[in-house]
Amino acid sequence: MTGTLRPVLELVDVQRTFQVSRGMWKGKKNLYAVNGVSLGVNKGDVLGLVGESVCGKTTLARMLLGLLPPTRGQILIDGRALAGEDRRTLSRKIQPIFQDPYSSLNPRKRVGSIISLPLRVHKVGNRSRWHQEVEEMLDLVGLPRRVYHSYPGQLSGGQRQRVAVARALIMHPEVVICDEPTSSLDVSVQAQILNLLISLRKELGLTYLLISHNLAVVEHLATRVAVMYLGRIVEEAETDRLFQRPRHPYTRALLESVLTPEPGLGVPAVHLGAGFPNPLDPPAGCTFHPRCLSVKPECSEKAPPSRKDEEGMVACHLYS
Amino acid sequence: MTHLLEVEDLHVDIPVPAGELHAVRRVSFTVQPGETLCLVGESGCGKSMTALAIMNLLPQVARRSAQVLSFSRKDLLRLSEREMADIRGDRMSMIFQEPMTSLNPSYTIGNQLMEALLRHRQGSRSAARKRAVFLLEKVGISAAKSRLGQYPHQLSGGLRQRVMIAMALMCEPELIIADEPTTALDVTIQAQIFHLLKDLQREFHMAMILITHDLGIVARVADRLAVMYAGQIVETGTAQEVFASPLHPYTHGLLSCIPVPGKTKRGEFLGSIPGIVPTPIGQTRGCSFHNRCPWANLDCASGDPEIRPLSLNRGYRCHLEPEVLKKKGQAVLE
Repeated sequence: MTGTLRPVLELVDVQRTFQVSRGMWKGKKNLYAVNGVSLGVNKGDVLGLVGESVCGKTTLARMLLGLLPPTRGQILIDGRALAGEDRRTLSRKIQPIFQDPYSSLNPRKRVGSIISLPLRVHKVGNRSRWHQEVEEMLDLVGLPRRVYHSYPGQLSGGQRQRVAVARALIMHPEVVICDEPTSSLDVSVQAQILNLLISLRKELGLTYLLISHNLAVVEHLATRVAVMYLGRIVEEAETDRLFQRPRHPYTRALLESVLTPEPGLGVPAVHLGAGFPNPLDPPAGCTFHPRCLSVKPECSEKAPPSRKDEEGMVACHLYS
Repeated sequence: MTHLLEVEDLHVDIPVPAGELHAVRRVSFTVQPGETLCLVGESGCGKSMTALAIMNLLPQVARRSAQVLSFSRKDLLRLSEREMADIRGDRMSMIFQEPMTSLNPSYTIGNQLMEALLRHRQGSRSAARKRAVFLLEKVGISAAKSRLGQYPHQLSGGLRQRVMIAMALMCEPELIIADEPTTALDVTIQAQIFHLLKDLQREFHMAMILITHDLGIVARVADRLAVMYAGQIVETGTAQEVFASPLHPYTHGLLSCIPVPGKTKRGEFLGSIPGIVPTPIGQTRGCSFHNRCPWANLDCASGDPEIRPLSLNRGYRCHLEPEVLKKKGQAVLE
């Protein structure tokens, strides 16, 4: 980490395994969903986390929220270990915004009660204070005050996602985990929610962890980007650097496959040989080597070390 | 010029308790052999309904009407269900949105692939099996022979979508309708699938109607595109024309909403379209976009504009002159 800035969120060699049954007689096997991830997010930064599905992004997010304990390693928030913290103190510091605003809001509760629930749980202020704070929050996220008494079913997708944002922000957390915040929304609504996230970050000095498979959104919002493959971070760098000069072959393949809205360029040929490997039985050595174009003999033998330099972090034998 | 598919003044109405839902209104377009037409729009704009209307797969309560709906000189409006079933899957086939739900879980992949060929062509099972293996290999599935005996749940999402594509190709159709074929898939697989579809299209000289809301896909895949809003086509043109100089205010709005690498500055606000789509139920007055349009005037609230053709493939549905729209669009960009 650079300078005197202390990371507000820090992960040290975090690992999470799941026991997966393979049938009646075969016993259980360990699935390494997240395998030795170390990351730091500075205050005010937006860390974009990208990768294909089943690479462990969501497991990582769930651990950060305290919904899953890590099997090994430490998660520090503001320099304090997450493991020792009580759920309540934790939830004041870190809050989620989920992908699907249709299933993440209780359909039987009114918007006002959904947004004020954290205040009630934490016993902050009194009834009239709650009402006032919720109304201020509604203003902040750009919802009319009259939706206070509406049910989520009466709102559009974009409005619901605004409610989810308001609920996440009412306790003034430092870190917000956005797990695919716009992928279930239409293009025009997506732009509204992204604009909201941008302006809230400026106004409240928030730190985001943005998990998304939409690389255009990540490029637009993130200040740093981490690329994840089969439970490991394979490259981490500043956004400009990563998009202009990707180093890891997987990052390159990922960026190549993005269909940017530029007509006339045609569909790119993606050089990713074999399909995604079975996470239960990951390839030996570098887990990316069966699909890698620049594969070397040592790649199938030993896992590449993570190398840190002024350009960021990369885990590949090409750079070690 | 003979069109492969000609649609003129297509309407789809669905009776709902609150009245009549006009899902598709006055939609007209043509598709030439071998070309790709993209129907673009946000959810609820009627693009999937248009596809289902062409295939005659609409829900039973829906009513379809059109001036012309012809497929290689056959009038689809007058065909019986049996005659339509002869065309469907043979000369015209569809790739559905969700590979998870559109394969039958209780039949093997091989069974489902061969079914279309056995239904339409009087061939032997072994010939059908050969064709299935050939196509599975074409769509990039390894060990195709052993896949034939597998069930859909044994395959990943990307593989299932490839199976769907292979299935649509079994009888070498002249037209493929692909309804959001890659929404549930990763970007890497998405690129592979479109690469494959484009290759196959060239090889078999198929036409394709691609339905999507992703403007990135449209830009890279489409020859021509039709932007839909609230059940109507609001702008048509080649991909180059529409992306370089959009005319309809809605297209302007859509294009300003997406971050483009190198053009939009990081962390700056994106454009947005204020307001919400009008309800498709009951009668509408005026242009369907007028309540959200930044350039609307009094005319817009009273008269619904017709499509103004500019050239053979270019047209837009707005009261304003093209020069005015271009100027206003320029001003927004600056």
